[in-house]
Amino acid sequence: MKNQHLYELENESIYIIREVAGQFKKPVLLFSGGKDSIVLAHLIKKAFYPARIPFRFLHVDTGHNFSETIEFRDRFVRELDVELIVRYVQDSIDQNKAVEETGKHASRNGLQTVTLLDSIEEFGFDACLGGARRDEEKSRAKERIFSVRDDFGQWDYKRQRPEPFQLLNGKINHGENVRVFPISNWTEQDVWSYILQENLELPEIYFAHERALIERDGALLAHSEFLNSVPTDRKTTAHVRFRTVGDMTCTAAVLSNASSIEEIMEENQNSGRSERGARIDDKRSEAALEERKKGGYF
Amino acid sequence: MELVRISTAGNVDDGKSTLIGRLLYDHGALTHEQQELIERKSREKGWDDLDFSVLTDGLVAEREQGITIDVAHIYFSADNRKFIVADSPGHVEYTRNMVTGASTSDISIILVDARNGLKEQTFRHVYISALLKVKAVVFCINKMDLVGYDEDRYLEIAASIQRMIEKLGTPIPYSVVPISSLKGDNVVHRSENMSWYQGKTLDQLLHSPIEKDRSEAFRFDVQLVQHVQNEEFTDYRAYLGRVVSGKVNVGDRIVALPSGRKATVQEILQFKDKREKAVKNDCVSIILDDQIDISRGALLTNENNLPIAQTTLQAKLVWLNEKTISPGAKLIIKAHSREVAGKLSQINGAIDPTTFEIAREKQLIELNDIVLVELKLSQELFFDNYNENAGNGVFLVIDTTSNATLAVGFVTRETS
Repeated sequence: MKNQHLYELENESIYIIREVAGQFKKPVLLFSGGKDSIVLAHLIKKAFYPARIPFRFLHVDTGHNFSETIEFRDRFVRELDVELIVRYVQDSIDQNKAVEETGKHASRNGLQTVTLLDSIEEFGFDACLGGARRDEEKSRAKERIFSVRDDFGQWDYKRQRPEPFQLLNGKINHGENVRVFPISNWTEQDVWSYILQENLELPEIYFAHERALIERDGALLAHSEFLNSVPTDRKTTAHVRFRTVGDMTCTAAVLSNASSIEEIMEENQNSGRSERGARIDDKRSEAALEERKKGGYF
Repeated sequence: MELVRISTAGNVDDGKSTLIGRLLYDHGALTHEQQELIERKSREKGWDDLDFSVLTDGLVAEREQGITIDVAHIYFSADNRKFIVADSPGHVEYTRNMVTGASTSDISIILVDARNGLKEQTFRHVYISALLKVKAVVFCINKMDLVGYDEDRYLEIAASIQRMIEKLGTPIPYSVVPISSLKGDNVVHRSENMSWYQGKTLDQLLHSPIEKDRSEAFRFDVQLVQHVQNEEFTDYRAYLGRVVSGKVNVGDRIVALPSGRKATVQEILQFKDKREKAVKNDCVSIILDDQIDISRGALLTNENNLPIAQTTLQAKLVWLNEKTISPGAKLIIKAHSREVAGKLSQINGAIDPTTFEIAREKQLIELNDIVLVELKLSQELFFDNYNENAGNGVFLVIDTTSNATLAVGFVTRETS
C-alpha cells in the first residue's frame, strides 16, 4: 500500500506539470542533478508517459559543481532521452556580465542569476520549472505555484497571483516568464520517502563517503581548488555526506555513516537540523534568499 | 500518513503566527536553527516569552512592520497526519490572501483575542470559511492568560460565536477552545490554568476525523490530449487530466463537452498502472473506445447527470485585485482548462461579510468586495451550481490586459 500523503502530493505535482504543458509554449526544466530536480524529472516522466518528455532541460553550470553530480547529470539525461542545455557562469564572467566574488565567502551561487536570465532570453523560455520547496526557507514559504516574473526576472510579492482552489493562471505578456514549482508542498522528508518508494537513483555524494575537507567556522566544506582559503581554515578528512547539492564553495557536509536512503532519513530525522542549515549562501543574512529572488534568482 | 490542510485567520495581532510557532514547538517539530533564531530574536526584542512570529514572517516588509502580508506555508507531521498550514494575513486589505490560503483547507482556525471578543474580521473570516466550504472551523479564544484564564469570559465569547453562526444561516461544523499560544495552554498540552475546560485541545481537534466529500457527479477536466505512435504504442490516444468531482469506472458511458459526443471508458491509466476507477483529485489518462472530438479544456461528464451549458452566468465574486470595474467591463473567465471571453453585465448586490447582509446598490467592484453579478460569456461554459458541486462550480476572473487574476467566482444559479 502506497503512502496516502505521497500519493496526493504526486497527483498535485502531476496536475501542475500538465498545466505547464497546456499553458506555455516553451517550458524548460531547471535541472541541477540534485535530489529535488531528480524527483521533479521523474514526476515529469510519469506525467507524460508513454509520450516523450515535452520539455528541454537547462543546467546553469557555475563550474564549481561536484564532479559526481555532473557525471550523474549527463548519464541521467541520456537515459531519459531529453535534450540538455548547459550554460556556463564562466561565460557570463568572461563577457563582463557577472563579476567574480572575492574573499573568504566567495561563491558563484548568486552569479547564476545572470546566466539564467540570459538563457531565458536566448531561448525565449516562457516557463521555468524548478524543484524549489516551500519548506526550505521562509521566503520560499511565500511563493505561489506559478510565480510570475517581469522582464528582469524579478519577484514581487505584491504582484503574486492568488491561486484559489489551485486554479493556475499562467497568462503572461511578452517578455514576462513564469517560474513554476510543482513540488512546492513537499517537505525534505517527503522527497526522501518518495525517492525510496520510487527507487530513484541519486549522485553518490548524497551517501556517506571518505572526503578531504576544510573545516571553517564550524562547517565542513569539500576541499577544492574553488575555495579561497584563509589562514584559519583547517584541513581534515572525515566520513561525510551532503544533504543538499549546490556549489562546492557553499554546501557544507554532514558527518555521516548512512549508506542507504533509510539510513539517511533516520539521520536527518535525528539531526534536528534542516538541509538549508548546510547552505552557507543563505546564512549571509535573514533576508538573503528574498533579496536574491527579487533580483531574478530562482 | 493522512494529508490535512489547515488555514489560520483572525484579526491583526490575534497571534496567528505565534499559534503556529507554538504548535510546532510543542510537537518538537522545530529545527535547532529555528529554535536558536526564536530565542535570539526574542532576546533582542527584550521579551520574556518566545517570539514565534519570526518563523513565518518570511518577507522583509513583514518583519519591519510586524504584520503578516502574504500567506506562508508551514509543514509539520504529528501522530500520523501531515499538516500543511496556510498562515494567512489578518489585515482587511490582505483578505484576498486569506481566500487563497483557505480555499483548499480542510480546517479553518479562526483566532479571537479573549480581551476583545469578536471583531469585524471574525465575521468576515467566518463568512469566507463557510463560502469556501471548509469542513470544520475551530475558534481559538486566544490570550486567555491576559484575562486571568476567566471561564465566564470564555463562555461569553462562545455564546457570541453561536449567535454569529446562527445569523450566518449556513450550518458549519465548529468548535471553540480557550488557549494561550504564548504560554502554551490547550494548544498541544492541556492547560493547568483552565481546569474548568473539559473539551478537546486544539491539537486533538486537528486530529479529529475529516468529513468525506459527499457523492457528486463525475466531472473530468481535460488538460491535454495525447497521441502517441511508436513501436510499442500504435495509435495510442489518451486524455490527460484531473477528476474534478465524483468518480469514473472503466466501462462507464461518458459525454464530452462542448461537443456532446458520447463514448465508453476503455482504460484508466496512471503512469504504467491500469486502474479500475478514478476518484476526485486523481490525475489520470483516460482512453475511450471511440475517437470523438476532444481538446484541452473539454469536460468529460456522466451520461445522465450533465452540467448546464451557460452563456449567461449568475455568480458570486470575491474581488482579489486593486483594479476596480463596473458593468460593461471585458474579462477572461477561466474554468479549469477552459478559457472564454466574458463581460460583466450587471451587479446584483454586494454582501457585507461583517453583517452577512446584502446591499442592492452597487456600481463599482473594488478590492475585497464580495458581489453578486451576472456575466455574459462569448462561448458556453459547463458549470454546476457551486452549492451542489464545489469542484465544478468555481472559476477565475482574469484581466484582459495585465493578465492578473482579478477574482474568484462561485456559480450561484444556472440560467440557460
